[in-house]
Amino acid sequence: MHEMSLAEGVRTIIEDAAAANGFRSVRAVVLEIGELAAVEADALRFCLDVVLADTVAAGAAIEVETVPGAGWCMDCAQAVPMRELHDACPHCGGYRVQTTAGREMRVKALEVD
Amino acid sequence: MCTVCGCGSGETRIGALGGGRPTGGAHPRPGTTLAWRPLGEPAAAPATPPPAPPRAPDTTPGHHHLDFGSGPAHAHAPGLSQVQMLRIERDILGKNDARAAENRTWLAARGIFALNLVSSPGSGKTSLLVRTLQLLGGRVPAAVIEGDQQTEFDAERIRATGVPALQINTGKGCHLDADMVARALPRMELAEDSLLLIENVGNLVCPAAFDLGEAHKVAILSVTEGEDKPLKYPDMFAAADLMLLNKVDLLPYLAFDAGRAIDFALRVNPRLRVLRTSATTGEGLDEWIAWIEAGLAAARARRAASAHA
Repeated sequence: MHEMSLAEGVRTIIEDAAAANGFRSVRAVVLEIGELAAVEADALRFCLDVVLADTVAAGAAIEVETVPGAGWCMDCAQAVPMRELHDACPHCGGYRVQTTAGREMRVKALEVD
Repeated sequence: MCTVCGCGSGETRIGALGGGRPTGGAHPRPGTTLAWRPLGEPAAAPATPPPAPPRAPDTTPGHHHLDFGSGPAHAHAPGLSQVQMLRIERDILGKNDARAAENRTWLAARGIFALNLVSSPGSGKTSLLVRTLQLLGGRVPAAVIEGDQQTEFDAERIRATGVPALQINTGKGCHLDADMVARALPRMELAEDSLLLIENVGNLVCPAAFDLGEAHKVAILSVTEGEDKPLKYPDMFAAADLMLLNKVDLLPYLAFDAGRAIDFALRVNPRLRVLRTSATTGEGLDEWIAWIEAGLAAARARRAASAHA
């Protein structure tokens, strides 16, 4: 259940931002999660409910923006879309595809007042 | 997941009874995934669709979705001017990654070559470590960090070889993190130019995301597991630089297709190096030891170069 550790990471980021910006409450947390990231968004939401209770972000809406996966086919020498880490290149059908995007796990923005 | 009624889903996919994946809707669309509802409205699904506010067009196809988040800075509910969007742009794992970078600097300054060994429980990690330490036979100063939820059993097995071992019990935790290792390092009196083996909690999922400051993650897959594991648990094989296909002495007794397992691992990570090993017969251990010694030499050379810089 490493989502709990990730949720604690989100809480730390929010607490740092609250100390720096002096807002009273967080209405929404905007997360950016890559399609190929090692996290399950629904499990993270569940953990955030627990971890953000009794913080300025208690009850905040959690918005997840998905970043599409992308890779580089070493044989075709071109960028290709990826939905899974083991996806084949859509052009040559080979598997020599290196992930280039979609592994992000970021707190993008907070809606505060 | 939709916040209005809980419909839709993330990447958790539950297949159909007859096999195959449900089509449509189960995979996240790129871009914004969540519909916003105006503040002050009850969280429960309304019996009738809520009226669309002025100047906020419904851009989401489908039933009752109202996407108020499509405007600039996700400005949605009108009349709430005191609400502001604060751009943060920080990695969720940023704190762990910063701590891991400190560990990496600390290790590099001492010429220590650190490996993070990851696998399912029961893949033979500890037996392989014991055999590795016996083969190194004190030629190289070595130390071990053992990660387990409970007990000191693994550290005791390592100590029996004469190598110092520190046990980290994660309690309910499912992985080691960079902070645990940072707290362990100063307690260990590690020699310069030595080998540090970190045996992570037996778990093929969670440790993949947590950088400890190691030079390489080494994934161990034993032939008594399924050959499709690299596809079922791709994150770990994507994060590793070396895979040890372990317990190969058992291959004659199993229907395990080693070539297929390696092919699957290379699909997930085309840069992955693979060695076939057996702690019981010693097969492949010469190559494994040679790989470690090359890493030790490189770490030593980097320390010497920076010391003279």
